[in-house]
Amino acid sequence: MARASEGTAALAAERRFATEGTAKKRFGAALAWLRANLFYSWLSTAITLALCYLGARVGLALVDWAFASAVWQVPSGAEGADTSACRAPEAGACWAIVAEKYRFILFGTYPYEEHWRPALCVLVFAALYAATTWRRLWGKTLAVIWVVGATAVGLLMWGGIGGLSLVPTERWGGLVITLILATFGLVSAFPLAVLIALGRRSSLPAIRVLCVVYVEFIRGVPLISLLFMASVVLPLFLPDGMTLDKLLRAQIAITLFAAAYLAEVVRGGLQAVPKGQYEAADALGLSYWNKIRLIVLPQALRIVIAPLVNTFIAIVKDTSLVLVIGIFDLLGAGKMSAMEPAWQGFAIEAFLFCGLIYFVICFTMSRFSQRLEADLGASESR
Amino acid sequence: MFRRTISAVATAVFTLLWAAPPAKAGATMDAVLARGELVCGINTGFIGFSYPNERGEWKGLDVDLCRGLAAALFGDPQKVRFVPLTPSTRFTAVTSGEVDVLFRNSTETMLRDVTLGLRAITPYFYDGHSFMVAASSGINKAVELDGATICLLQGTTNEQITADFFRRNNLSFTPVVFERSEQARDALKAGRCDSFGSDVGNLAAVRLSMEDPSAWKILDERLSKEPYGPFVRRGDDEWYDVVRWYVNALFQAEESGITAANVEQIAASTNDADLRRLLGVTPELGKALKLDPKWVVNAIKAVGNYGEMFERNLGRNSPLGLPRGLNEQWTKGGLIYALPMR
Repeated sequence: MARASEGTAALAAERRFATEGTAKKRFGAALAWLRANLFYSWLSTAITLALCYLGARVGLALVDWAFASAVWQVPSGAEGADTSACRAPEAGACWAIVAEKYRFILFGTYPYEEHWRPALCVLVFAALYAATTWRRLWGKTLAVIWVVGATAVGLLMWGGIGGLSLVPTERWGGLVITLILATFGLVSAFPLAVLIALGRRSSLPAIRVLCVVYVEFIRGVPLISLLFMASVVLPLFLPDGMTLDKLLRAQIAITLFAAAYLAEVVRGGLQAVPKGQYEAADALGLSYWNKIRLIVLPQALRIVIAPLVNTFIAIVKDTSLVLVIGIFDLLGAGKMSAMEPAWQGFAIEAFLFCGLIYFVICFTMSRFSQRLEADLGASESR
Repeated sequence: MFRRTISAVATAVFTLLWAAPPAKAGATMDAVLARGELVCGINTGFIGFSYPNERGEWKGLDVDLCRGLAAALFGDPQKVRFVPLTPSTRFTAVTSGEVDVLFRNSTETMLRDVTLGLRAITPYFYDGHSFMVAASSGINKAVELDGATICLLQGTTNEQITADFFRRNNLSFTPVVFERSEQARDALKAGRCDSFGSDVGNLAAVRLSMEDPSAWKILDERLSKEPYGPFVRRGDDEWYDVVRWYVNALFQAEESGITAANVEQIAASTNDADLRRLLGVTPELGKALKLDPKWVVNAIKAVGNYGEMFERNLGRNSPLGLPRGLNEQWTKGGLIYALPMR
């Protein structure tokens, strides 16, 4: 009790001193805070010191491993890279694998001379995301931009026209696969999810049952089994000589999976819109679709921005499961990059590189959703 | 209105699915030739057999076998498309026609051959269970591992094989079970186990990831049979013949001393009737398979004979450093035995 009041007093003191703004007083306040919170008894002093020591030890070891003793580059000869420097007992992280293999991790088995094509696709994706965050473009313009962007990605990746060589989907890989699966999966899942969410609240029993069965079935099985269904079971039912592209099958499975989860999020939003809004729209004589489009959805979607983005982020990372059906996404390519004889045993560094890319993608999404919430919520701060 | 649309869509989908023509057997050969490209199923990543280099090009024994087959069919080893397959998708990919042939370090067993709608063809690599020990341990035979602590991988047949072996010989051992090879490697390195029991292909990969691979050795004994062979779809005899006799020709070429370097010269100068047939100077073999008479020459020129492929990807001078062992020619005590090509 005494400690708590001391802490509060110290904090108050700190705040007061900070506003007065002299460095000396601020230092004094910091000392007071330290004494009140970290060194208030011999036991707390001991624990603080022990933790500081442990933190310093781990931190130093980590810095030593990741930077000081790290190997950034290895010589490569006719026989391939010579990784003996990385295998020396005193060597730290072998970042040389990233230096040597970053093109493989980003673009997989795509023809080496044509790497500019997937690289351009990654830029197109980045531009699409940037355009999407720009609210002045929302509406028809954005739809057109997306259609153009998606077409550009398709043309660049497949090629086969305009002097570009044809590259079959088995050779696509790396970051660009992750972006394709996640982006097109979410973009096509979202409208589907809205329809399913509306269907679940429909007054027509057949549609309602169909939507409930869909959501419960897809949510009832793991994504990995959907991917297996799509890649192993589906081809057996297709007529002889007709094969659906493996990547397309994975894309369909991910879309169906994402739609079920998004539908439940959207349904939550629909239920949160007050009944009066529906009734007011009916009273105005709006048709069903106009009511949904103009009155209900704008409110419902605004409510569920946070859980929507949460699901988006989860799906982005879930795409790495396509590894089990032999498609090399970012994570799969990272794993494969350590498969070459010379690079055996350096998978951790490759994985850290992949992790960094995933983090950048997911963190950007998270920041965007926060900004969106702030922007859209501004008009109705409660 | 809405319901009518739905029922119309449903009807259309069902018509599409049910009106599909019945499955037709055979014709892989025609399809491959018409396509102008071989589609080959390979491992998603297995050192020595199939793995991509830093340029994203596939390397390894399985990959070379695919390239050689493409060369035999089209005279060009580049006319092949690789489809990486996981253990659970590999056989379906063959039966559904997604790939023409599977070269994916897959063990041939009776039930796979008979019940899966597949045909297993001549094995091209004999793998098997063995043990890796420190080179300094002085252990040369599995029976000398009495009382040892042995690292094993969870849920593999290697667990069973090791237990059976020690029981049969009235010896004892302490198993330490791990989920992944890397964990077993670290345990071995740290001295938590005296030995690691697994298939030799896997052991060689683990050895490579050690700081000093030469400090570890793999025992010469093989405690189990894991013959890797190609698989094709059942009911397509023409295509089966092509793959079967292509592998056989690679074996025969090594036995006859034909290499990538000397194949052209031997073809031009030899008077031996068998060699003239094999190398298409007299065209009957190629004709029998409906291939170019030069099919063997093209394959050997592109990827070498079986021995050259083995040495390049797995052999003593490759990073994996495996001895030929059972994969040696029958004339030198191995199991590689080409049927006469006449």
